[in-house]
Amino acid sequence: MVDVAVVGAGIVGAACALACARRGLSVVVLERGGLVAGTTGSGEGNLLVSDKPPGPELGLALLSLRLWREWAPELGEIELERKGGLIVTRSAAALPALSATAREQAAAGVVAEELDASAVREREPAIAPDVAGGVYYPQDMQVQPARAAAAMLAAARDLGARVLLRTPAVAVRPDGVDTPSSSVTARWVVNAAGAWAGSLGTALPVAPRRGFVMVTEPVGRLIRHKVYSAEYLDNVASDAASLQTSTVVEGTPAGTVLIGATRELVGFDPAPSHDAVRALARGAIALFPALASARAIRVYRGYRPFAPDHLPLIGPDPRVPSLLHAHGHEGAGIGLAPATGHLIAQSVVGERPDLDLAPFDPARF
Amino acid sequence: MGVCFACAGPQSPRTCVPPPAGPVDTQVPEPDVVVVGAGPGGLAAAVAAGGAGSPVAGGRLGARAGGAARLAARHPLIDRARAHPRVTFLQRHEVWSAAPGLVLRAGDRTLRPRAVVLATGGYDRVVPFPGWDLPGVVTAGGAQALAKERGIPIGRRVLVAGTGPFLLAVAASLRAVGAEVVAVVEASRLSRWLRHPRAIVGSPGRLVEAARYLRGTALWPGQRVAAVERYGSGLRALVSPMDRWVEVDAVCVGHGFTPSIELAVALGCDTRTDPRDGSLVVTVDDAQRSTVPGVLVAGEATGVGGAALAMAEGAIAGLAAAHHIGLVDDRALAGGSAPHRRRRARRLRFADALHAVYPAPDAVPPDETVLCRCERVTVGRARADVLRYGIDDVRALKLLTRVGMGMCQGRMCGRTALALLRAETGQAPDPVAFARRPFAFPVPLGTLADGGDDLA
Ligand SMILES: Cc1cc2nc3c(=O)[nH]c(=O)nc-3n(C[C@H](O)[C@H](O)[C@H](O)COP(=O)(O)OP(=O)(O)OC[C@H]3O[C@@H](n4cnc5c(N)ncnc54)[C@H](O)[C@@H]3O)c2cc1C
Repeated sequence: MVDVAVVGAGIVGAACALACARRGLSVVVLERGGLVAGTTGSGEGNLLVSDKPPGPELGLALLSLRLWREWAPELGEIELERKGGLIVTRSAAALPALSATAREQAAAGVVAEELDASAVREREPAIAPDVAGGVYYPQDMQVQPARAAAAMLAAARDLGARVLLRTPAVAVRPDGVDTPSSSVTARWVVNAAGAWAGSLGTALPVAPRRGFVMVTEPVGRLIRHKVYSAEYLDNVASDAASLQTSTVVEGTPAGTVLIGATRELVGFDPAPSHDAVRALARGAIALFPALASARAIRVYRGYRPFAPDHLPLIGPDPRVPSLLHAHGHEGAGIGLAPATGHLIAQSVVGERPDLDLAPFDPARF
Repeated sequence: MGVCFACAGPQSPRTCVPPPAGPVDTQVPEPDVVVVGAGPGGLAAAVAAGGAGSPVAGGRLGARAGGAARLAARHPLIDRARAHPRVTFLQRHEVWSAAPGLVLRAGDRTLRPRAVVLATGGYDRVVPFPGWDLPGVVTAGGAQALAKERGIPIGRRVLVAGTGPFLLAVAASLRAVGAEVVAVVEASRLSRWLRHPRAIVGSPGRLVEAARYLRGTALWPGQRVAAVERYGSGLRALVSPMDRWVEVDAVCVGHGFTPSIELAVALGCDTRTDPRDGSLVVTVDDAQRSTVPGVLVAGEATGVGGAALAMAEGAIAGLAAAHHIGLVDDRALAGGSAPHRRRRARRLRFADALHAVYPAPDAVPPDETVLCRCERVTVGRARADVLRYGIDDVRALKLLTRVGMGMCQGRMCGRTALALLRAETGQAPDPVAFARRPFAFPVPLGTLADGGDDLA
């Protein structure tokens, strides 16, 4: 009998395991595949407040940023960088809306600095000449998501947690979970199965929202922040199923440039998409013309765990009292993982949660 | 011989030769058969398919004109392919990606042929050792290309090291452009040749060729380069077990070849591990057919065996492509390919003997060795991550350690990384994970952004 059985060893499951283990709870993590087998291995690792309007998700993001800084020292080399985010637009007409959002965010505790065209260029000298202006968000950070998830699992293991790879959970019971060959008895089960959360027997509206990311050869320090175009905000919030591309460009410590990301609701379709690749290339060149001659070396896809109202599901299942949900973070699960783990651990030990969980209540569906 | 990634390391000199400047073909007919790779296998396939009546387009993969690192520039096959009325050469149309359904991206165009012959060759394999990432340490193939195609010696005093008869050809090319080849350091003891009399009798010309290559150069069999260091303005290499430091200004290394199979993998073809040298190769039947209908594979991609074998396989694959699209019937395929099958059998015997005489080393090098040159990850660092995080598969290894994530996409380090995983986990990792490369080679974003045709 363990205190907590976590299903899924993505970044969310890893954060839940670590947060619980730190409170002295006994933890088992069941993972169907290997390490970072799911969406966490395909995410970009942006830890953002800039893309979130005031609301429950922004609250979760601010709590999470604090926890990232707190946890980072004991996680080792996870490439946590406080690089700052820069939202730009090429349309002067779009500027007032950008600054209105920035002011609302500022009221909610986000640091936002409005920039005119020349101030944008000062921060990003290689930016396209026709940029009209933007907003700078110094709190945005970046992490290497795969290492972060693996480091959280390793830290949990150091505290006594057991991580069982290649061990799928096939059914949730009131007193634990079944695997194909045995069962684990646990006081609490945490469903952290990401885009696959709906496959554990409970009816959930989580669906995969596919995204492609492209990586270039190392180009040196061409891009200094995480830079994205203002349409990104609309795409993130959109419910359209068709292919949408909002360019997000950023350099990594390895010198490569990450170009994200597309969004489409096409199920778990593994097919390569040349449309997606072309859209990413066009978007990146529009922001940074010098990238036209940079060579792409890799493209990969992942499935964001998408909930219909774009908010994660965090908290108890309405029917199975020992089951807690921790999934549906869509395109922000890396950033939101520590806060999710923390809130889950608080629920397990019966502590008053640091944030109101009502907006994330799984019972809303 | 496929794409050369010898220069992928950040500090290595660029040794590959850029494609000759020429007009970009804009008037490309819709071919029924596309041959990828213009080396011996690809040229033979193009001629065979064209001869059977099919419009053929031959695209190059990588930067080497004529493909053919081991075909003399004046080889008659090149002229026959060029002169063939039904064969079109697509200059500057490197095939950089492929998708199921026989969709090929070449330059900024999309090709949808009815059959594809992949003759994508291979590239030099290097088993890492401490110092292999230093400037001046290059692949044997890279040094040879520089010598043969530009007449430039990679250094004045050079050591050629690794295993396989290719090293002798490289030494000869280096000498021809004025380099002093101190020795050819050959890991094999060579006495195994005595166990393969049939192969020697079957291809006596090859041994004569080898002896000619060697004239005047010392051959140190049963030895290997264990480490290279900077020394003065040049390098010095430790040769083991003779335990001797040799001062040179370049070391050219080759441990056989790694087949280029990413396009086949992208098209959905099954693969297998070639028991002779441990390479991952494409599974084909007697007519060079892969497991995907319409995808034929010839040459190193089906098992490393050299130019003559590739030519025989290419000819069979070309006919099989014509057969697939209905231009030749079963009898004509059997009859037309019979002489090539006999040649293939003979060349295969010789290739088998070569693999037995020059076994491919697969050991994990010492911890201080750089494992992944592109991302500068040492063996020790990767091993520590494997142990700390409990990494037990290739996906996790790549994502967590960055091994195989850089310019060469695991081409240079993949094999050693697999050996490391095997050593630490006691289980055989899935090698295909290192052969999935959505881009067959690096593509400029400008190219990716172009082309508004038919992209469904
Ligand atoms: C292209 C792209 C870019 C992104 N960029 C960012 C970004 O910049 N910043 C950000 O914050 N987020 C980003 N995301 C989103 C982020 O990657 C996800 O929100 C996050 O990884 C979700 O983590 P998770 O742990 O919920 O899911 P996963 O990582 O998918 O983990 C779930 C795990 O559960 C396992 N599993 C499933 N079913 C079972 C079962 N029955 N039994 C046992 N195990 C099971 C799976 O194998 C998987 O390993 C991006 C996503 C994509 C696709």
